[in-house]
Amino acid sequence: MTKPSILSCEKVTVAFDGFKAVQGMDLALQPGELRFLIGPNGAGKTTMLDVVCGKVKPVSGKVTFHAKSGSIDITKRKEHKIAELGIGRKFQTPSIFAGLTVEENLEIAMSQNRGVWAALRTTAMKKAERERIDAELSLIGLGDQRALRAGRLSHGQKQWLEIGMMLLQEPEILLLDEPVAGMTDKETEKTGELLQEIVRKRTVVVVEHDMAFVRNFASKVTVMHEGKLLKEGTMDEVQRDDRVAEVYLGRRRDVDAVG
Amino acid sequence: MLQALTAPRTRKLWLLLGYAAAAAALFSAPLYLSDFRLNLLAKFLAFAIVALGLDLIWGYTGILSLGHGVFFGLGAYAMGMHLKLAAAGGRLPDFMDWSGVTKLPWFWAPFESFGVAVLLGILIPAALALFLGFFTFRNRIRGVYFTILTQALVIITVTLFIGQQAYTGGTNGLTGFTKLFGQGLKTDGMKTGLYLATVIVLIGAFVLCRYLVKSRFGKVLRAIRDGENRVRFLGFDPAMYQMAAFAISAALAGIAGMLFVLHVGIISPSMMAIVPSIEMILWVAIGGRGALVGAVIGAVALNYAKSSLSESYPEIWTFFLGGLFIVATVFLPGGIVGLAKQIGPLFRRKEAVHDQALNPVLRESNRSV
Repeated sequence: MTKPSILSCEKVTVAFDGFKAVQGMDLALQPGELRFLIGPNGAGKTTMLDVVCGKVKPVSGKVTFHAKSGSIDITKRKEHKIAELGIGRKFQTPSIFAGLTVEENLEIAMSQNRGVWAALRTTAMKKAERERIDAELSLIGLGDQRALRAGRLSHGQKQWLEIGMMLLQEPEILLLDEPVAGMTDKETEKTGELLQEIVRKRTVVVVEHDMAFVRNFASKVTVMHEGKLLKEGTMDEVQRDDRVAEVYLGRRRDVDAVG
Repeated sequence: MLQALTAPRTRKLWLLLGYAAAAAALFSAPLYLSDFRLNLLAKFLAFAIVALGLDLIWGYTGILSLGHGVFFGLGAYAMGMHLKLAAAGGRLPDFMDWSGVTKLPWFWAPFESFGVAVLLGILIPAALALFLGFFTFRNRIRGVYFTILTQALVIITVTLFIGQQAYTGGTNGLTGFTKLFGQGLKTDGMKTGLYLATVIVLIGAFVLCRYLVKSRFGKVLRAIRDGENRVRFLGFDPAMYQMAAFAISAALAGIAGMLFVLHVGIISPSMMAIVPSIEMILWVAIGGRGALVGAVIGAVALNYAKSSLSESYPEIWTFFLGGLFIVATVFLPGGIVGLAKQIGPLFRRKEAVHDQALNPVLRESNRSV
């Protein structure tokens, strides 16, 4: 490793009622990197994201976030503290606030003082905040829907709103779980463009099943299998690997052949 | 014409006019209501303050408390203690005499002062709510488990107040009040004054709650209602927001309790028990949760129905209340206010209704709560 990493997971093990979802997994991210996490179902990809954002506490192993202010042991922090430190998470299903308008969703997500007192004193948005939200709305293409309740958006629009929320949150590390799942081809294409935009400024980890989508990005791929690291490298290297072909790509070809 | 009537600015103006008319009607009520009716209305308006607080925690934050009778009762007892001391005029309150207490207990002494009594009537319910919230919200106890805990709080408090007869007046509670500020409590002037004070406090509570729900704080509360975990991953600590909302809600119930005692002249453990606590929820459910006006309307309308029905047919009231709750839950999830919002657009141009997905103004007025 040449550059110092921004996030390092060492020998992380997660167990649910004795079942080891992740076993001794290592993962190190360089600042500004876009990393894809792939692997067959049940490989522990989502669980790894859960560990990094604090949703799941590992039984052993270290997760260190090398923030500008110093190194922080993530496993000892609560979720909202981790989010505040600069690790953002997008879940598999779009989780926007259905009862709030599109604009209100963005307003809440925006990086800001998140204490109760600050929120109590804030009635109207400041000019700078409004400008940030306007810029975000045009980026995600939901300018016309700003006053609409978010629950009324289409599936794809909800995903974009959530990506917009993640961008306004301004995390240093962004964890995305299957951002194009259930999208039409056109929606997938637009999401791909949004991702390129996101990646420009921060470190991103994407869990993805759609191999065609992954190939669009020339970046490093980590393959997981049965909770362990199987292979790490470029898409080409990964595809040439026999073990990967066996557990993942091979099986996938079979599935494709059957389907 | 439709455009003019539904444009946001015009809507705001109508709303403002509506509020002004309601305030004028309330302030002038002493001129057209009999003393008996005025006293009843004063009691209903005190209940409306509880309903506002409940709407904040249930309608906006999604936390169902079936324990607000306790917060209401604590406020009421704080005022009751002050009135009891004022009535005793320097001697021991009568029930203490009967129980063989010889010296005023230390925790009664501060209530000698009206100001301290009012302060404690607000702070004690708020502190109890913070205490309960600290151990529940921080440990992510929510939904029905939290609700059951609030019921437990009611049982504990009621048992405590009944058991400590020498200090609380037991089952009989506190009554026999005579004076406030050295003036007779039953005089016309005092009654009108207390009524007007209640109207002012209700308006204050309404303005406060409106500010809260419109502020970013209120947006976070609604976000917690929609997805508590998501809020957490945005970097907010939902427990802090829930505790704050619960404490404010409890403080409002305490204020309502103080006013209630001044109007009704008695507070007993049965008034803070389980049934009144559930009735409070019904006011909000039927008025329309997630709408502050709904909470006020629900509290006044239901209590008006209760007092008129129980004047003529006392045995029917509980059946009526139960039936109404079923009807409201099944057919009117948005309560009275929700119904008004559903009916409203029917009187407008037909195509306008079909157009609602594209028309932001109609969409606003159609919003389900």
